[in-house]
Amino acid sequence: MSENALSARGVNKSFGSLIVAADVEINLPAGVRYALIGPNGAGKTTLINLMTGMLRPDAGRIFLGPEDITALPPEQRVRRGLVRTFQINSLFPYLTALESVTLAVCERREAARIWWRPLTAYRDEVDEAHAILSGLALAGVCHRRTRELPYGQQRLLEIALALAAKPRVLLLDEPAAGVPRGESQELFAAIAGLSRDITVLFIEHDMDLVFRFASRVIVMVGGRVLVEGTPAEIAADPRVRAVYLGKAHQGLVS
Amino acid sequence: MSSEAIADTVGPHEFLRAQASWRLSEVAFWLAALLPFVLAPDYLILASQIAITALFALSLDLILGFSGIISLGHAAYFGIGAYTAGLLSVWGWGEPLTGLVLAGAAAGLFGYLTSFIIARFRHLALIMITLGIGLLLQEAANDASWLTGGFDGLQGIHTWPILDRYEFDLYGRTAYAYALAVLFLLFLGVRRIIHSPFGLALRGIRENGQRMPAIGAPTRQHIRTVYTIAAAIAGIAGALLSQTTETASLEALGFQRSADVLVMLILGGAGRLYGGFIGAIVYMVARDQFSGLNPQYWYFWIGLLLIAVVMFVPDGILGGLALLQRRVTISRPKDPP
Repeated sequence: MSENALSARGVNKSFGSLIVAADVEINLPAGVRYALIGPNGAGKTTLINLMTGMLRPDAGRIFLGPEDITALPPEQRVRRGLVRTFQINSLFPYLTALESVTLAVCERREAARIWWRPLTAYRDEVDEAHAILSGLALAGVCHRRTRELPYGQQRLLEIALALAAKPRVLLLDEPAAGVPRGESQELFAAIAGLSRDITVLFIEHDMDLVFRFASRVIVMVGGRVLVEGTPAEIAADPRVRAVYLGKAHQGLVS
Repeated sequence: MSSEAIADTVGPHEFLRAQASWRLSEVAFWLAALLPFVLAPDYLILASQIAITALFALSLDLILGFSGIISLGHAAYFGIGAYTAGLLSVWGWGEPLTGLVLAGAAAGLFGYLTSFIIARFRHLALIMITLGIGLLLQEAANDASWLTGGFDGLQGIHTWPILDRYEFDLYGRTAYAYALAVLFLLFLGVRRIIHSPFGLALRGIRENGQRMPAIGAPTRQHIRTVYTIAAAIAGIAGALLSQTTETASLEALGFQRSADVLVMLILGGAGRLYGGFIGAIVYMVARDQFSGLNPQYWYFWIGLLLIAVVMFVPDGILGGLALLQRRVTISRPKDPP
């Protein structure tokens, strides 16, 4: 099990009679780029919520590396390196980009409990935050308030916040949601450029992006993992085609 | 949209330092706080009460304005401080400075204990819980009349001279100097907190408390810390009131006081450090003036003022001023605090 960066074992979750996760088994080997696809309502975001602790599974266990993290609250999982981003921007509107990322760096380095020293004394933290922003081409706007940033840059800031937590496993919930096509390429290029030490799982509907940036693909339907494989295997799989039949707009069948 | 064309070229350290640096308007404010000694020597008692209320409002600003934790029962901590200092004096220890420290410790302890409940809730639930804590404490104080003097208040408080030298006088000279000095020192402390990494985390909680766990933040622990600090400061404000007026009554921890301080803070502008100060000055001077004309009618005007402020300048007086300033000079990226 230790070769897997993140695993879900027999995870179940239902809301009343609605089953959102049924015996989900997922094993993400370290360093792999995974795409998680499936029709709307397949339980993709729910799975991220379950793995990051935003939801409690009814049954099953979540492992981060060899460690069972099923009982840990979300912030403890983040501290251990399991970090996510959100489909809908969940940022700090009145903090500047630099302040937001500095905050995340300070939390990771346990500096955020310190109330008796000025922030300006934490030069390393600020420098690290600035470097993360630079890496995502956000240094030029780092003193702007988040709410004043264009949407595409806010999406990048989502990723910057996640990177500030030094993830070992990064779960990206539709990182390019709402971003114009041209910009989404850039955004994925930034994701592709992340260190190979980071295991990445992203939810994405655009199959061009999935096939270009994922080394493996997981398909979910109705709360179940339908199939897992390389992009080529997935594209050729008749079951996947059946699921997406008549959903040509989602790009798989073309 | 305030433009940052200039700001974008400034280095990160310089920018953060500039944000935390003292502004001219702040220096002017503190110098102006000394004016009553010269210009209004007959109003020093009022001035001392304003300074005490301003300190109380500052403590509320720390939780409400900077951390987004709403409270309708903040007077509970003020009252605990007031009674602690009052009781110490009644029991024979009227030394003011140690009284302040002990009052702050007592209120801080109660704040710490209640913070475990506070940190679990948000929004409407929080309003109800803080209201409940305030009401419970008020009833408890009323009931324990053997200790608190009940409805009649605490009798026999006598405050010793400060540092064994400065006797409290009838004109409120010492009282104002004392209250202002304590206000200033604690203000420096709060200002330091706001500009610390912890202060940044508090703003994060205010801006998006749900996101905080996703960046690894122990949100509840942060809330417990700030709530305890705010309670201790409120307690010190309460102690100042009972020491300078030599009375402690149920009014010190009543709902009215919790509501008044909330109104003052919103009036002045929450989350701006000076909002509570401006609110306290406007509110208390207006009350002093209006209630001279017609005491019953006072709340009519306050009600009207509150509605007008919330409708037209939702960020309070300081928020309105900051907006004006931004429109005049668009080169500054951030509001003055």
